[in-house]
Amino acid sequence: MNMQTGMKLSVAETALCEAYDHALGELPGDGAVLAARDVLISDFKEAGLPTRRVEAWHYTDLRALLRAVPAFDPAASAARIGPLVEGSTVLSVVNGVADARGAVEGVTLRTFANALADGTAADGLVARDGDDTIGRINGAFVRDGFVLDFPAGTELEAPVEIQTIQNAGQVHTRFPATFGANVKATVIERHVAAGDNAAFVTTISDISLADGAEVTWVIFQGQGAADTHLGQIRITLGTDAKLRLYVINAGGKLVRQEIHAVVAGEGSDLILRGINLLGGETHTDVTFTVGHDVPNTTSTEVIRNVIFDRARGVFQGQIRVAPDAQKTDAKMSCNTLLLSDEADFSAKPELEIFADDVQCGHGATVIDIDHTQLFYLMARGIPENKARAMLVNAFVAEIVEELEDEPLVEALEGVIADWLDKHA
Amino acid sequence: MLEIKNLHARIAEDGTEIIRGLNLSVKAGEVAAIMGPNGSGKSTLSYILSGREDYEVTEGDILYDGESILELDPAERAAKGIFLAFQYPVEIPGVATMQFLKVAMNEQRKARGEAELTTPDFMRRVKEAAAELKIAPEMLRRPLNVGFSGGEKKRAEILQMSLLEPKLCILDETDSGLDIDALKIVADGVNALRSPDRAVVVITHYQRLLDYIVPDTVHVLYKGQVIKSGDKTLAHELEANGYADIIGAAA
Ligand SMILES: Nc1ncnc2c1ncn2[C@@H]1O[C@H](COP(=O)(O)OP(=O)(O)O)[C@@H](O)[C@H]1O
Ligand SMILES: [Mg+2]
Repeated sequence: MNMQTGMKLSVAETALCEAYDHALGELPGDGAVLAARDVLISDFKEAGLPTRRVEAWHYTDLRALLRAVPAFDPAASAARIGPLVEGSTVLSVVNGVADARGAVEGVTLRTFANALADGTAADGLVARDGDDTIGRINGAFVRDGFVLDFPAGTELEAPVEIQTIQNAGQVHTRFPATFGANVKATVIERHVAAGDNAAFVTTISDISLADGAEVTWVIFQGQGAADTHLGQIRITLGTDAKLRLYVINAGGKLVRQEIHAVVAGEGSDLILRGINLLGGETHTDVTFTVGHDVPNTTSTEVIRNVIFDRARGVFQGQIRVAPDAQKTDAKMSCNTLLLSDEADFSAKPELEIFADDVQCGHGATVIDIDHTQLFYLMARGIPENKARAMLVNAFVAEIVEELEDEPLVEALEGVIADWLDKHA
Repeated sequence: MLEIKNLHARIAEDGTEIIRGLNLSVKAGEVAAIMGPNGSGKSTLSYILSGREDYEVTEGDILYDGESILELDPAERAAKGIFLAFQYPVEIPGVATMQFLKVAMNEQRKARGEAELTTPDFMRRVKEAAAELKIAPEMLRRPLNVGFSGGEKKRAEILQMSLLEPKLCILDETDSGLDIDALKIVADGVNALRSPDRAVVVITHYQRLLDYIVPDTVHVLYKGQVIKSGDKTLAHELEANGYADIIGAAA
């Protein structure tokens, strides 16, 4: 019985509850870990999947959208792949199991399965709040991932690529990453499907930057056409820390990416750039909250959406400024290129400002292909489809180029072009 | 090469007729100048020749190499060798100039069943053509036409033209916004393309450009019709006396 709705458990809710009973014996960890898992699954049973009546899920009625959840499938075949950016150090998770041979020079690394087994991961197995469905499901089922600890002063030349490759079944991963003072690093978190079978993926990255750290973290979500991807990124920034977070969605049938940031150190800067490439009959939700808790911090959020077919997209962005967080500078914009009459995008910006000396703003636009630009390209012999793809690409390329890291820019432009080749 | 027969065309959106029974033929090897006061329909004609959807042909036909092109879209016309140097080249942020050039050249080659250019071959061609037109390499590293001055945009159009090697070149007010040095460079670029199997249509309302690109024929366009045709002396006549006499005589 689902207490909140008073309704019978849905097929997906039932599947998750049963999966927990089946998987329990195989999930790493006992004692405190097990206790934490039990709390999360019983909270889940009580609340069920969120419906549109839950404000945080208003545009993504997960209970209605999540029709089924596949069982764990340990035999599903998948294999690690080459990195997105040549020369990256690859840490792979294949079908939910981390490759323990992974190593990054200068970084303390262990698998999350180890941290579960010895109990050190137990503290992290909590939901953020009463509506944190992703936190609950992931915490109950999480099985592996990597714990990355970048010692103070580390400067990495090459990117670290965390790749999770899956083909079927369920995958629940976690990536706590601690960046010490003045660390400079680039991390690429890449989720891709190895096949067309439906997979159910949850993943949480806990990113914490100590004073003066400068980190670029890129999430590329390229799941298969039948997959569900529920991701969450939890961020804490120390004094003068700077995080550039890119979230690129280019796959999946049902996707929710939550980003929750706490800007806790003066002089810190959060840069969020989101690219949503949406097509087919899919639903993709990016939900962002940032709390500016101390004075003199900045954040900018730019979301670009390209929507084809009957795809639906959602962006919820909430900027909170605490009463003594004076001189906060926070700007959010969400621009959508709507390429089909049947496509749909909902943007819900929200400012909650309790300080008076701040600069905060938001804007949302919806546009169509510029016909004069299209004519110009075609007048040079570029066929309509290709010309359209170039213009769509241009719409998102602008924010990729901001990265100013040539191999990374080229790699991202490549995956974007591949997606557009298939969908435009 | 180009034969326009009793062409009538209107703005698709509101039905306003702009081209009203226009006749013109241009032979291979010929340079034809089209002159006429502002608003007479010169740019509209150039857009219709290149297939812009904003205009609807209601009567007449456009034959190119003996075949009607009315059913072809702009890309198909371009692949057949029709090139328009825009009066107002379009800025496209996010599209790199070099990438654009490469895609355009290769798509045209593909449409004609030719092999794509190798990167070194492409680079060499661009470098050579850019040097001829005194186009700085920095300009080519910018997004297409973005941040280009008026003169740079016009030179970039001629660069595209020389790389794409069209058979029918239509230049719409390529001289406007150019100083005399730039005008000479552009004219040299156009003259270098003159050949027995290529035709050039130069749209301008000044005689100035025609001192450098000497036309074989001159046509006066007014209210969507060619009201007078002649040889290059007609351009001088217009320069000396203005359009009033000719317009008066045609009325
Ligand atoms: N797309 C359009 N929408 C509205 N008016 C147009 C459009 N295209 C052309 N016109 C009108 O048609 C006339 C001819 O314009 P144009 O071809 O630009 O003249 P020219 O190039 O000879 O100066 C002008 O009155 C212009 O305002
Ligand atoms: Mg004009």
